[in-house]
Amino acid sequence: MMTTSIQGAFDRSRAQGRAALIPYITAGYPNLDQLEPLVHALENGGADLIEIGIPFSDPLADGPILQKAASHALAQGVKVQQVLDTVAHIKAAVPLLFLTYINLVYRRGIDEFIRVSHEAGISGLIIPDWPWSESARYEDLAYRQGMALIPFAAPTSTNQHLDDIAKGHGFVYTVSVTGVTGVRSRVDVGVEPLVKRIRQHTTLPIAVGFGISTPEQARQTGLVADGVIVGSALVRALMDQPDQAPEVAERFVRALRNAL
Amino acid sequence: MERVKAVPDMKGRFGPFGGQYVPETLIPALNELSAAYGQAKADANFQREWTDLLKDYVGRPTPLRQAYRISKELGFPVYLKREDLNHTGAHKINNTMGQVLLASRMGKTRIIAETGAGQHGVATATAAALFGLKAEVYMGAEDVKRQALNVYRMRLLGAEVHAVNAGTSTLKDATNEAIRDWVTNVRDTFYVIGSVVGPHPYPMMVRDFQSVIGREARRQFRRLTGGFPTHIVAPVGGGSNAMGIFYPFRQDPVRLIGVEAAGEGIDTGHHAATITKAEPGILHGSLSYLLQDEDGQVQPAHSISAGLDYPGVGPEHAYFHHIGRAQYVSITDAEALEAFHHLAEWEGIIPALESAHAVAWVIKNRDSLREQPTQVLINLSGRGDKDVDAVLDYEGGLE
Repeated sequence: MMTTSIQGAFDRSRAQGRAALIPYITAGYPNLDQLEPLVHALENGGADLIEIGIPFSDPLADGPILQKAASHALAQGVKVQQVLDTVAHIKAAVPLLFLTYINLVYRRGIDEFIRVSHEAGISGLIIPDWPWSESARYEDLAYRQGMALIPFAAPTSTNQHLDDIAKGHGFVYTVSVTGVTGVRSRVDVGVEPLVKRIRQHTTLPIAVGFGISTPEQARQTGLVADGVIVGSALVRALMDQPDQAPEVAERFVRALRNAL
Repeated sequence: MERVKAVPDMKGRFGPFGGQYVPETLIPALNELSAAYGQAKADANFQREWTDLLKDYVGRPTPLRQAYRISKELGFPVYLKREDLNHTGAHKINNTMGQVLLASRMGKTRIIAETGAGQHGVATATAAALFGLKAEVYMGAEDVKRQALNVYRMRLLGAEVHAVNAGTSTLKDATNEAIRDWVTNVRDTFYVIGSVVGPHPYPMMVRDFQSVIGREARRQFRRLTGGFPTHIVAPVGGGSNAMGIFYPFRQDPVRLIGVEAAGEGIDTGHHAATITKAEPGILHGSLSYLLQDEDGQVQPAHSISAGLDYPGVGPEHAYFHHIGRAQYVSITDAEALEAFHHLAEWEGIIPALESAHAVAWVIKNRDSLREQPTQVLINLSGRGDKDVDAVLDYEGGLE
């Protein structure tokens, strides 16, 4: 299956004079059968790239909402291979990315995980507990197989780190605050200077996540960043109405997209 | 015997194991910690301050003595290193004194820790109280219920205890939550990890602080007998007391035996014998061995001993297993309980259930051990007062 270029997605949104919208959903929430309709709903709502979380038992970068979604999925017996098989059937017009934790990747074999993800149509891997110092040596290998290992930048990151990740691919996943994923009441004032600092080191697109919940927050973030990542707030909306997940997701994402 | 290389390397690797598998946000903090620890290690003032605390506050050196009645019963000399006689009743305080002293030197104002049964939480709260620092301790909600007395101890010492309701609500979940706290408050907070686990430099730093056990034991044993023990036996959960006694003997002609918890039996799936299963995996910041399913989802551990009830193990133990420098074995709940009673009746020492696993291995293997000249040194890592309720409960109460 062809993978859609991550750079292409950012180029398209930039050409429209706005930031790219990158929603996140957990595979297996509310159930795995809903994954395909959810992805299409996110596309219809205006997503430019989509992150699909593969649930892990010990998600230490996640706040309570995404922990709950992962526990729910695992309690239903969701397996990595089932997620891969489900994703492989999805014909998406936008790039799909996996977000998961390093042990699931390591257990499968890093090379093998990259290969099967690529075969399932995935363009990039986001692994929050696989920092650049550990992942960098797989960077070229992954890229040759059409897989971007998405590098992270945080408020605590050194300039040296920002120079290092300029060699990476895809985009820079910028963590808006020190902390875990979750819903926050406002965008941290540090985001703008952080994005500006990262830009001095890399030409990769810069997407900001962790704590962006509302259309207004997405708008503010989109004024400085190339991409806006929304996870917990979307999953929380699904939790309120799990029986109407695709409709809720499409509405939620459209409201964010209209604000960008 | 293969000579053990100096590990970890600059990247925190013990052979293939170790590393730093944490969110990018924490990498600068780990680098800061590595640098600060490196300076402290080389600083005579820090070393003197730490040594004085161990001597005058913790009560070191702890005794090492032959246990004569066990020795007679088994037919070979058995020696006990008495870490149970430390202040707070276990080896845990060797490490928390070192880390909290380092935290105060680094100007950190807030201390956090994870705890399982509460021993590391109590030891951290103790050190924090001594230094006038605020400690917050994460503990699984299940453990909070099972170990109410230790929760109260921590509160008496001025610490705040956060019950963690996530996953299995035990030690691994408390550790996840402590890491989430650290990633959020990384600028002013020092995370005191309780075992030789976690991202580099923790496994090395905790090993170094706990190595006081082995350095003392080596000196004491040589003074007593003029030689080395043939075997050193220690319980292994995360592995800090075992690494503490093993490490100074790593170049000596001594067999190092780490005893894991077989729980209800390895085949039942209810156990904590991580190295016995030897499946590589990554949890809480390092690559080591891990109890996990075929996908890599972490599996809950089980042991009657809360201190061994952890699905991971320190990366240096994985390395010692990998190169064959130490041997890892396992003991069931029932065998450990029997040894718990034996040590109380034979020596007048009620051991922690963790330590009872080491005693049990020696009793179980008495026949093969007796075949050759044998002198066994057991690391009695903690006292059993904390376990008396659980044992009584397990055995159906007083008749």
